[in-house]
Amino acid sequence: MTAFLVILVLVLFGVTVWQMNKIFQMSKPKSSSDAVEVATDADNRINGKLMLGFVLFIYVLTIISFWKWGDVLLPISASEHGLETDQLMLISMIIIFIVGIITQWLLHYFAYRYAGKKGQKAVFYADNDKLEFIWTIIPVVVLAGLIIYGLFTWTDIMNVDVEEEDPLVVELYAYQFDWRARYGGEDNTLGKANVRLIEGVNQLGVDMSDPNGQDDVVVNELHLPVGRKVLFKMRSQDVLHSAYMPHFRAQMNCVPGMITQFAFTPNMTTADMRQNDEVIEKVRTINEIRRENSEDLIAKGEEGLEPYEFDFLLLCNKICGTNHYNMQMKIIVESEEEYEAWLAEQPTMAKAMEQ
Amino acid sequence: MSAHAHEHAIDHHDDHGHHHKETFITKYIFSQDHKMISKQYLITGLFMGIIGIAMSILFRMQLAWPEEPFTIFEIFLGKWAEGGVMDPSVYLALVTIHGTIMVFFVLTAGLSGTFSNLLIPLQIGARDMASGFLNMVSYWLFFLSSVIMVLSLFVEAGPASAGWTIYPPLSALPQAIPGSGAGMTLWLVSMAIFIASSLLGSLNYIVTVINLRTKGMSMTRLPLTIWAFFVTAIIGVVSFPVLLSAALMLIMDRSFGTSFFLSDIYIAGEVLHNQGGSPVLFEHLFWFLGHPEVYIVLLPALGITSEVIATNSRKPIFGYRAMVASILAIAFLSTIVWGHHMFISGMNPFLGSVFTFTTLLIAIPSAVKAFNYITTLWKGNLQFNPGMLFSIGLVSTFITGGLTGIILGDSALDINVHDTYFVVAHFHLVMGISALYGLFAGVYHWFPKMFEGRMMNKNLGYVHFWVTAIGAYGVFFPMHFVGLAGLPRRYYTNTNFPYFDDLADVNVVMTIFAIVTAAVQLVFLYNFFYSMFYGKRGAKNPWNSNTLEWTAEMKHIHGNWDGPIPHVYRWAYDYSKLNKDETDYVIPGQDFIPQTLPLQDNEEELNH
Repeated sequence: MTAFLVILVLVLFGVTVWQMNKIFQMSKPKSSSDAVEVATDADNRINGKLMLGFVLFIYVLTIISFWKWGDVLLPISASEHGLETDQLMLISMIIIFIVGIITQWLLHYFAYRYAGKKGQKAVFYADNDKLEFIWTIIPVVVLAGLIIYGLFTWTDIMNVDVEEEDPLVVELYAYQFDWRARYGGEDNTLGKANVRLIEGVNQLGVDMSDPNGQDDVVVNELHLPVGRKVLFKMRSQDVLHSAYMPHFRAQMNCVPGMITQFAFTPNMTTADMRQNDEVIEKVRTINEIRRENSEDLIAKGEEGLEPYEFDFLLLCNKICGTNHYNMQMKIIVESEEEYEAWLAEQPTMAKAMEQ
Repeated sequence: MSAHAHEHAIDHHDDHGHHHKETFITKYIFSQDHKMISKQYLITGLFMGIIGIAMSILFRMQLAWPEEPFTIFEIFLGKWAEGGVMDPSVYLALVTIHGTIMVFFVLTAGLSGTFSNLLIPLQIGARDMASGFLNMVSYWLFFLSSVIMVLSLFVEAGPASAGWTIYPPLSALPQAIPGSGAGMTLWLVSMAIFIASSLLGSLNYIVTVINLRTKGMSMTRLPLTIWAFFVTAIIGVVSFPVLLSAALMLIMDRSFGTSFFLSDIYIAGEVLHNQGGSPVLFEHLFWFLGHPEVYIVLLPALGITSEVIATNSRKPIFGYRAMVASILAIAFLSTIVWGHHMFISGMNPFLGSVFTFTTLLIAIPSAVKAFNYITTLWKGNLQFNPGMLFSIGLVSTFITGGLTGIILGDSALDINVHDTYFVVAHFHLVMGISALYGLFAGVYHWFPKMFEGRMMNKNLGYVHFWVTAIGAYGVFFPMHFVGLAGLPRRYYTNTNFPYFDDLADVNVVMTIFAIVTAAVQLVFLYNFFYSMFYGKRGAKNPWNSNTLEWTAEMKHIHGNWDGPIPHVYRWAYDYSKLNKDETDYVIPGQDFIPQTLPLQDNEEELNH
């Protein structure tokens, strides 16, 4: 497959060079009378038609892209606020597509329709206050709607009422090139921490003299109970990272020297998500590709690939160094009971330090 | 040389071109003539563009065929691609330098530097820039910064690789990434010199536009090109110094142990002493320039487009005053929207709300401009010269790329698409491709002005345009899908874990389009250099344009006009204006009225 594509590229490149050569030949001046290199009526006619063809190309490209790659898009949101932002995204996309399709059509259609001809007179049309007013006010109204909708959604997402909602507090700790998560333990309160306290097992620099820190739990796999709000506190140990959880429509940078935060409520467990039609379809496609690659590998005498099973991911989304592309952590959303059971098995900081 | 400005002002030197000898060095190298300086900018910009685009092909190949070794990698990257397998850190270096070169060296200096220099004196009716000497210094500083940037590619540990936004601490700590050693130092030095060059140039443009307009050239008679260059220069003067301060503080953090941007860092097994700095501060300073920079890149392209579309539509630009107002509104708003790059940087969410508001406001003047371009085409007599095609292409990509800005500018939606390929697709269309189209439109349109009447081959121009137009959409339209699939940008490969495996074929499609598009730029380069020496000479005013530059001498002389500077009696857009009885054009049989022609008896005076 890959070899075929390489060959395809080389062939296309060859064709391009060959065509270019032909064009050069054609472009050599035949007679000196046509010396001006300014568009003629024939040029205008051809390019006008090509303009019309081009807008159709844009439409066809759009349709093909949806048809071929519509299924690579993120599946349904697994968090409550994500459903809201997806709704806003859908509305914005519909507006964008309507405006885009109409304006691209007008632009290219006019180019086709009014292609220059000898004797055709352009209309001297320099100004029209009414038109200008209309197309200033329409964007104003539409954008005002989007701004208000967007700002309400944004404020809802970013304002977390800690008193009332009693969120589960989890620290996401980023370093080159991995993640750690720290739970507040029984008191749901994170102990103080600072990079100056990093030593041995105490990888996150938790202040062991802080009583809140004793029952903290540090893990390298994020488990979340479904249906409960989670307040993430982000820290970074070295450079900027960004905690990106695309399936939950959540992202926040991790900044050395400060604590940032983001909160969301997962509303689907990992098991639920694996049953989702879009996800089943996506996993099937990925496994087909992996099977093909695997056969290639086995043919070369290497080890084959494991079949893929869907999991939520936490990705790093801020350039952070050489292994930026592989800085990720698995997220598991499960029922409250499963979560409690899992957490109870993890050693607390106090225990970990004793060992 | 300040005596020259004085002479220009009083304008009694009719024999201007002849009174001092030019040597090779003063004519072609240390020239103070704005026409030569503009050519120097253009050719340096094109050279940097070749490097920048070649780099993009290398990393696109890596993305499309991540497991495949390519000999071409080893040829170009040497020890960073042994056996043809690209090293992850050199991938980051390539994207970093590609971004830096394309944004600053090609689209800022190559575009605005070329056409501001060429057109400001010619279109306002001046013998040269206000200060020819500063203009020369500005170019040579740009040249020096280009040389340093290119040299940085050859340092031992590799060039800067922290992304073109060079966010610290990554860019500040050589322990964090090899490119943050000498490569980063050279990057910062190069940019500091670049900023000095840009400031000298911008100040010169502003002073020239304000002071050296010929008699009758009021601000409301300026062609939109000049308005765009003028306002661009103002934005540059306002925002570039802030980047310089950020660069200086970063240099101090790197070399002198200060803590402007660094705090609480544990790296390579030890705690650094730095305390109390904030990387978010750097982001603010960087984007205070970084966002206006988008408009520094784009406004000149829009100005060029306005002029080229009006001329080739044989119609006045629709809504001249609205266009000027939009440029001013965009310029003002561009300086208060930078926070939309930082919605999830840890900045206070309320600030995010404010920036969402200002950001979506900027869509309004942009929309007005797009609608005005479309209306200018309506009922025109469109002459599809290559410059015109690129201008229409610009409007198309400007609309497509601008619309996705509505998503990214909305803080709630930005959360999930921030730093994904959706952003990459958005800004490449709206500022990268659009501004490049503006550059090409300008080159095709004013080539005869630059090279003493020689014309570029139009058929090669058509091939160049159509392949580029299809290729650019072919690369960047599918890229939106990759972004919406959640793929973060600046990933060396997306096949290291299975989730993004289904993006393999879309990556291949984008890369093939990219290679074809890059290859067709060779047609442009051939056409450019061939026509420079062997192009056919066209008419003095080949596009039948109204503006002043076409009244200047075809042969380049110092001082532009052999005789006295022409006076201006009308705006630049009297195309296809009819006489009072509406029986014929104002000048019978000629559908344009040059700015130098006084108001005729048979025409109505209009207020534009």
